[in-house]
Amino acid sequence: MTKTVMEGSLAAAKAAALCEPDMVVAYPITPQTHIVENLGKIIASGKFKAKHIEVDSEFSALSACIGGSAAGSRVFTATASQGLALMNEVLFAASGMRLPIVMVVANRALSAPINIWNDWQDSISARDSGWIQLYCETVQEVVDTIIQSYKIAEDKNILLPVMVCMDGFFLTHVVEPLDMPEDISKYLKKYKPEHAFLDPEKPQTQGPFAFPKPYAELRKDLSDTIDASAGTIKKCHDDYAKLFNRTYGNGLIEEYKTKDKKTIIITMGSLSGNVKEVIDKRDDTGLLRIKSFRPFPKKDILTALKGKETVIILEKNISLGTSCGALFDEIRSIHCNVKDTPKILDYIVGIGGMDCRTDDIETIINESTTKKDGHIEWLMEK
Amino acid sequence: MTSTAPSTTLKQIRIHGRGGQGAVTSAELLAIAAFKDNKYSQSFPFFGVARRGAPVLAFTRIDDHFIRLRQQVKDPDYVLVLDATLTGVVDVTEGIKKGGMLIINSSKTPEELGLKGDFTVKTEDITKIALDIIGKPFVNTPMLGAFSKATGEITIESIEAAIKENMPKKIADTNILAAREVYNNLR
Repeated sequence: MTKTVMEGSLAAAKAAALCEPDMVVAYPITPQTHIVENLGKIIASGKFKAKHIEVDSEFSALSACIGGSAAGSRVFTATASQGLALMNEVLFAASGMRLPIVMVVANRALSAPINIWNDWQDSISARDSGWIQLYCETVQEVVDTIIQSYKIAEDKNILLPVMVCMDGFFLTHVVEPLDMPEDISKYLKKYKPEHAFLDPEKPQTQGPFAFPKPYAELRKDLSDTIDASAGTIKKCHDDYAKLFNRTYGNGLIEEYKTKDKKTIIITMGSLSGNVKEVIDKRDDTGLLRIKSFRPFPKKDILTALKGKETVIILEKNISLGTSCGALFDEIRSIHCNVKDTPKILDYIVGIGGMDCRTDDIETIINESTTKKDGHIEWLMEK
Repeated sequence: MTSTAPSTTLKQIRIHGRGGQGAVTSAELLAIAAFKDNKYSQSFPFFGVARRGAPVLAFTRIDDHFIRLRQQVKDPDYVLVLDATLTGVVDVTEGIKKGGMLIINSSKTPEELGLKGDFTVKTEDITKIALDIIGKPFVNTPMLGAFSKATGEITIESIEAAIKENMPKKIADTNILAAREVYNNLR
């Protein structure tokens, strides 16, 4: 039996507090969640020493995080939907400056029309920004992933910002049981920056101008590093598991009852729970849950899908102008030059907070035999 | 279409309220109280527009293992209605399981409300009890007393403990009294 029961946003705040950031930045208005609000309360209670800064917009929130991180602080913030969209310009600066910021994204739909509910359009639209993106299935996984994310971000060979993605409402507003770690000091040490800090004795320039050649070299380095972070994510996951005895696949992907199954469902985040419920009641289908969308674990996914006949993608986003979701594009592209590619079907589900119910998933699996490779369909409420 | 039969130990609760009435808090307190009874639980809201008076839905699930389902409760075992005027706005009986139960905050009898189906309907004038004891029409926590009594799914002691831990002492005290009064009153 687990030890406690609490709201997802509160659990995320408590996990962030365990990491003792020096600075928490917040623009506490819709579409914010209770995360930074709860952190404000925790800081005010004196549980740990941190600067809680309220700013005038989400653009400023991430800008302040950049300032704090470039000065050598461990920083935290949280955002959602329009807030993340407003941060867009600064997202690229954070990764380009190699600042190990951790930010929780409460995944919510983007305007217009105005909608407060869950889908992944906000963070998927930020996929090329150079941030690591980890999608969680449960509140427990959010807690564990926030803690792991500082370890990943601050790894000397990585130094990249991380988005911990938790489905809006399904995870942010859910109350469910979990284990809250009490002491993580054996796992996460104090942040000791070597590349970005404020010291008058050792003045340094952060975020300078670069001519085309050094710019391209640094962009290439950024690309290579986020690819290489896959190994670090796995290691940080495994080290955490040794101390706290909880695992999420290999840290990048989770395979659930995929052995000897011809059909595999691919999805991310909290929807995996519904898929597991369905899979447990039939013997023909398994789940491949992608946790790390950036870096995209190409090899792990290809290995998991080897020899499979049908792949059904359930995704809560649409790449407008391609008529399919981002996952579909990426899964198809990694099968380029692969022999015996499975049939790949794409279902756009859960847009704007619509349910993707177990019954829907059953129907999609049952009908998959009649669908042709490349089939794309929107799941709509009846 | 193949239907997915839910776990046999799973109990699902849907709470109807209006913005400001605390339906979401009801659902959360139920989840916390169930956990105190050594059960696994889950609660989450489905907000309409964020203003006072707008219809709000909140859900709680209780089971003997971790709940993986992430979807609205469409086939509840139990429905709790905090405001009887909602029955004219939304179909509060939608999807209630055969043998399930509907509890409404109303001074009228089930017959007067005209709510019929393959489920039990119970009414209780919770607003009156709340006004008498709390001094304000806060019906969300007293309704939990009705749920405990009528369904036996969660003990009144755990509900009282959940209220105590999650509200300032003064407010908690009167809310607990009101919940207990509804518990004792309900037939």
